[in-house]
Amino acid sequence: MAKEMREPIETGCPDPFQYMHPVMRRNFGLWAYHEHPRPGVLLHVAKNGDKVWTIRVGTQRILDVFTLRTLCDIGDTYGEGYVHFTIRSNIEYMVTDEAKVDPLIKAIEDAGFIVGGTQNSVTMISHTQGWLHCDIPGTDASGVVKSMMDELIDEFKQANMPNRVHITTSCCQINCGGQGDIAINVQHTKPPKINHDLVANVCERPSVVARCPVAAIRPAMVNGKPSLEVDEKKCICCGACFPPCPPMQINDAEHTKLAIWVGGNHSNARGKPTFQKLVAAGIPNNPPRWPEATAIVKRILKAYKEGARDWERINEWIERIGWPRFFEEVELPFTKYHIDNWRGARKSLNSSAYIRF
Amino acid sequence: MAIDQYPTPMLDQLEEGPWPSFISGIKRLRDQHPEQRINEVTNSLLGQLEHSYETRKGYWKGGTVSVYGYGGGIIPRFSEVGKAFPESKEFHTLRVQPPAGNHYSTGMLRQLADSWEKWGSGLVTFHGQTGNIMFIGTNTANTQHFFDEINDYGWDLGGAGPCVRTAMSCVGAARCEMSCTNEQKAHRLLVNNFTDDVHRPALPYKFKFKVSGCPNDCQNAIERADFAVIGTWRDDMKVNQDEWKAYVGRKGRQHTIDNIISRCPTNALSLKDDDSLEVNNKDCVRCMHCLNVVPKALHPGDDRGVTILIGGKRTLKIGDLMGTVVVPFKKLDTEEDWESLVELAEEIIDFWAENALEHERCGEMIERIGLVNFLEGVGVEVDPNMVNHPRECSYIRMDGWDDEAVKWFDRQAEAS
Repeated sequence: MAKEMREPIETGCPDPFQYMHPVMRRNFGLWAYHEHPRPGVLLHVAKNGDKVWTIRVGTQRILDVFTLRTLCDIGDTYGEGYVHFTIRSNIEYMVTDEAKVDPLIKAIEDAGFIVGGTQNSVTMISHTQGWLHCDIPGTDASGVVKSMMDELIDEFKQANMPNRVHITTSCCQINCGGQGDIAINVQHTKPPKINHDLVANVCERPSVVARCPVAAIRPAMVNGKPSLEVDEKKCICCGACFPPCPPMQINDAEHTKLAIWVGGNHSNARGKPTFQKLVAAGIPNNPPRWPEATAIVKRILKAYKEGARDWERINEWIERIGWPRFFEEVELPFTKYHIDNWRGARKSLNSSAYIRF
Repeated sequence: MAIDQYPTPMLDQLEEGPWPSFISGIKRLRDQHPEQRINEVTNSLLGQLEHSYETRKGYWKGGTVSVYGYGGGIIPRFSEVGKAFPESKEFHTLRVQPPAGNHYSTGMLRQLADSWEKWGSGLVTFHGQTGNIMFIGTNTANTQHFFDEINDYGWDLGGAGPCVRTAMSCVGAARCEMSCTNEQKAHRLLVNNFTDDVHRPALPYKFKFKVSGCPNDCQNAIERADFAVIGTWRDDMKVNQDEWKAYVGRKGRQHTIDNIISRCPTNALSLKDDDSLEVNNKDCVRCMHCLNVVPKALHPGDDRGVTILIGGKRTLKIGDLMGTVVVPFKKLDTEEDWESLVELAEEIIDFWAENALEHERCGEMIERIGLVNFLEGVGVEVDPNMVNHPRECSYIRMDGWDDEAVKWFDRQAEAS
């Protein structure tokens, strides 16, 4: 069945107005304020008095068409036929009649989805593809997130944290999961294992050499074949050489670990945006439920919930109480690995007499 | 018609617990979908995933798959264990650009689901970390069929590889009182101006546009976009004193001082004896905190525009970089304003494409050549809003000082 090849229609990013709830179209740029009637529900009021209730729902993110259609059915029967997705893959239903809110929530929960994720809750973990689809993952993504959200579900449903908590996971050190208040990321601990028979045929050697952030890779002849070798004293085990050169296997069932970082905050509120900082590493990559990583996340959340003031994000809470006390509160060791040695690291060192006792 | 199911003892444990399970969803496709092709492909996928869980290794490899006329937008996946799990040995993802702001009607979602189950595995994610709808799992032949079908009713691929990537924008003006710009217009104007650079990867590395309508930066643009557009305002913030006093009355003065007044990063707020709020707008840095706490009383001003920051990215290769302010404030009202936004993006991408090393993000190039060289390259004048503080190191040749000072005073005179 030879198909007539046709040129693609290069429409790019579609116009959202055709898929937008009419009340949002009508009041585009004309909203007055919002309120939080209950966790998982937002109320936005327009300048003309129009109201829209938004019900935010956590899902498994990797949706099968049955689940997608179930979500659509709920939207048609109990909602008003329009949805919006948040950056963290929560689905939102908008309704313009307050009377629809409770039946909609009931239908969502009866179908096994979770209402929450607004305001000062622990919202859905933004995550990557992991073993399901990525070509370089050191761990899974959806499985880690499912395991953690099972444990954090009450924090998703109830907005009772000091401020919002964004958690992210990433299955390699490229970290497409992004910056988060708590980030659970793969951290390799051993240099790549090289299959020298394959390198010459598979890898563009100069680009691989150029990819290394610490210039630890150089061309070499191994077993009479052109290959690459790694200066293991220099190697920081980041895995940057692995995507362009799969024979340089960085993933290891034993030595690929998880690390936990805290204090990434992309808002400008109260302070400038911040990057996440290392707090724990060497955590076993332990499928199918990753209990060790989840336990540390829960310890951090507990200390934050008990110790932070209203509106303090995790980075601000630590800024106030100080890192020594943070490590005490969460019962984590402070090691030489916590002290940065990358370029610009001097800015992270304490050059003052500010010491907390 | 029953198929031989791969045992999944480890994955089965991910069906326990209250959070919705992606494994249960994949199993429904395996066990209940009327089409045998989908039963088989998802069975095979579960087999391979279980194998990954047992061995703690991934088994997908990249490759080259594209649709006719494009060079990117597909994430090709070929299984390294395809002999053991043959039905999913090709399992590519199509990255499809969502509508700006991620709005959907249920009707459109159903239409996409219908097309996807005709040609793919039936698994889809709204959205990936770059911002695409990810249609996960189809073979090489069906990639083209699925694309043709959805392309006919208005959908296009996003970026993958060294190209302009799919953009992101917040819900913004559609449902947020803090919106300071037309986010969806900025998003679509920018990314759709570079359609060719989205579909035919020929840049040094990826280039991302992200738009947030206010400094809360819900889209994480400053930390994760090469070109971040942040809505802001430059006149006085609006204070509804009645609503403000009602809040103080409800919550008390101590709460208000502890949670709002003393949290202002530049001490620009004062609670007066009559419970009214005094704002020193000259000192305000638009951090959003007080507006977030009392959204009924405090709002952005009327003279709105955007701040543009360039060069945000994650670690690879030189370490994490935040975007740097390159345009402190820009109006986006007239057609000329919007055109000049696009022109700035073109200027920046052209300069970067010309001067970056292979695999070097825009922010890394700026780090290597210095901000001043970059600004000269793209024709933007220096501004003190671009720095936290002036230089600390005296090692610089400054025999052009007088000329540069004249330029500054000339610009000041021109602006007033």
